[in-house]
Amino acid sequence: MSLQVENLKVYYQTLGGDVKALDGATFSVADGEIMGLAGESGCGKTTLGHSLIRLTPPMRFIEGRVTLDGKELPVWDMEEMNVFRFKKISIIPQYAMNAMNPTRKIGKMTAELLESRRVNAQATWPELKRRLDLVELSHDVLNMYPIELSGGMKQRMVMVLSTLLDPSLLIADEITSALDVSSQKAVVEMLVEFRNQRCCNSVIVITHDISILYQIADSIMIMYAGQLAEKAPTETIIHAPRHPYTQLLISSLPEIGVKHDEKRLSGIPGRPPLLLDPPAGCRFRERCPVAFDACLEPPPFTEVASDHFVACWKEA
Amino acid sequence: MRRYFGRKLFIYALTFFLAATIDWMIPRFMPGDPVQNMLSRAALHAEAAEVMHGYYTRAFGLDVPVWQQYINFWIALFHGDLGTSVYLFPQPVLQIIMRAVPYDIFLLLPAILLSWLAGNKFGAFAARSKWLDNTISPLGYILTATPYMWLGILLAWFFGIVLGIFPIAGAYSFTMRPHLSWAFVGNLLKHWFLPFASLFLVKFGGWAIGMRNMIIYELEADYSHYLEALGAPRKLVRQYAYRNAILPQITGLGLDLGVVVAGALVTEVVFSYPGIGYLILAAIQNQDYFLIQGCFLFIIIGVLLANFIIDIVYVIVDPRTRTGMQGETV
Ligand SMILES: Nc1ncnc2c1ncn2[C@@H]1O[C@H](COP(=O)(O)OP(=O)(O)OP(=O)(O)O)[C@@H](O)[C@H]1O
Ligand code: SF4
Ligand SMILES: [Mg+2]
Repeated sequence: MSLQVENLKVYYQTLGGDVKALDGATFSVADGEIMGLAGESGCGKTTLGHSLIRLTPPMRFIEGRVTLDGKELPVWDMEEMNVFRFKKISIIPQYAMNAMNPTRKIGKMTAELLESRRVNAQATWPELKRRLDLVELSHDVLNMYPIELSGGMKQRMVMVLSTLLDPSLLIADEITSALDVSSQKAVVEMLVEFRNQRCCNSVIVITHDISILYQIADSIMIMYAGQLAEKAPTETIIHAPRHPYTQLLISSLPEIGVKHDEKRLSGIPGRPPLLLDPPAGCRFRERCPVAFDACLEPPPFTEVASDHFVACWKEA
Repeated sequence: MRRYFGRKLFIYALTFFLAATIDWMIPRFMPGDPVQNMLSRAALHAEAAEVMHGYYTRAFGLDVPVWQQYINFWIALFHGDLGTSVYLFPQPVLQIIMRAVPYDIFLLLPAILLSWLAGNKFGAFAARSKWLDNTISPLGYILTATPYMWLGILLAWFFGIVLGIFPIAGAYSFTMRPHLSWAFVGNLLKHWFLPFASLFLVKFGGWAIGMRNMIIYELEADYSHYLEALGAPRKLVRQYAYRNAILPQITGLGLDLGVVVAGALVTEVVFSYPGIGYLILAAIQNQDYFLIQGCFLFIIIGVLLANFIIDIVYVIVDPRTRTGMQGETV
């Protein structure tokens, strides 16, 4: 077991009260597994990713336990987490386009970052260059400023940078949404290649685009309104989903290859609840076509078949 | 690179041309007749006044058609001739200005540079912790919101009148003649201190607040968050943020330096400090349009020059401008 998360709760503190953006997530990611994380915009995907690596205000750790390779991560402690960051757990952030300091040459920034983590930059350089080759970036980028790179180049550069120290877990947040279709395909294939070459062990791929996950993910986890709805191997999620939300989500895709969020509104009537004061019981109840009495209680996230978890009273 | 500076130079030249033209118009199209004004003070009888008026009109070159005056203005300008003062007739305007400029530089250059350095340091320092922020920032806001005049008067009253340790008027004692001696230099510094301190304090507050806000903004920028996510120590994150936060401060510094030759009007008036600011006030009070025109021309040149220098500095410190230039030439 690479990553294990137990009942993780992280809220945003706002003037209006706590926004329950991640409310009790329990799941695990196996060694070498590429897990896709999908769900509507605002359902808490980025929150989950950030909770694992950089939990800063207004995010507030409520409770939960995160273990990576058998060691508990002190996710609530910004300072103590530093030991694990980059080396054990790393992220390609959703804002990868602006992730690099605009006034430093990329190579210089990389060297300074490595040295600050007490990693010998010179010794790392040959591997860095090899990985640039892997993502088809010229070595010249090291001598450039971020502004001189195209969006796709920046995305690949950040990918190389984030995985440079072979983290055990990589969180890749929306790495394709800013790219055109052909670069999207290239980037995700590179990500798989990185995993295959052990540049990172397990990967959580956060995306809106289920068709991308169908191409690369070993398993898919669906979130709804700050909670987990379903997790299963990719084939199962696509062809035999059991949570009503997942079923609607998948059936609303006319065919694999269309982003589901473009189709969502016509596919599933209603809107997700506000997370500031979510309704009691199953959060999908308002929109669920098969809701019944039991749904007034929150459904547990239970294993209905091997490696198949669902949070729904119908399936429990 | 060449093209970039070529274009910049062209824009500066054009700006100078337009600004100088407007400057030239001031004495010609303002209400009131400077020559008449000067003669009326001399209280001559009518006939003599008539003769004198003709003489001075010729002396100031006002007897030719306007377009000719305009061309003459540019010719004179290229010979370094800014005309003759009315109020201190017959001293050339340039000479009067040159006498005032050293005081401005002596007063403003240290005030601006030192307040900039100290303000940046303190501002960056304030952004470090809540506690520091809660003490330094309000102080900065109070200082920067203080009018120069008010602080000047307050300092003059307290240190000059109550404590009596600093003189409150002039650049040196009226009893002294400028010469090189310890006594004179000491006297000069004593007169310099209060106007300097009042300028320094207000500017310091502004720089400190500016730096504090910029640093906090940079620390919340995506690249800072990314560094944190990769476990970079605070030191590195701060170092990057500081370097990027200082860029707009450099622009501010340039703009401030540009008006060094404009003097600090209010402060110089409060302390009767004989810089350009004081001179402008005297020129306005005496309707000495040629002197006003000369002072403004000096200010125009100072501002343009400072801007040009900042453009060059920016190319050195901010790679984004450099790549922008490459984009242009491609
Ligand atoms: N700084 C914040 N303060 C308060 N609430 C926030 C903050 N950031 C996010 N939220 C709330 O938390 C919820 C989850 O946000 P999150 O960014 O994790 O969604 P997401 O699934 O990543 O969405 P997207 O697909 O658009 O990236 C949203 O409902 C959002 O309103
Ligand atoms: S628990 Fe009830 S409301 Fe929720 S998804 Fe299942 S059936 Fe629908
Ligand atoms: Mg997100």
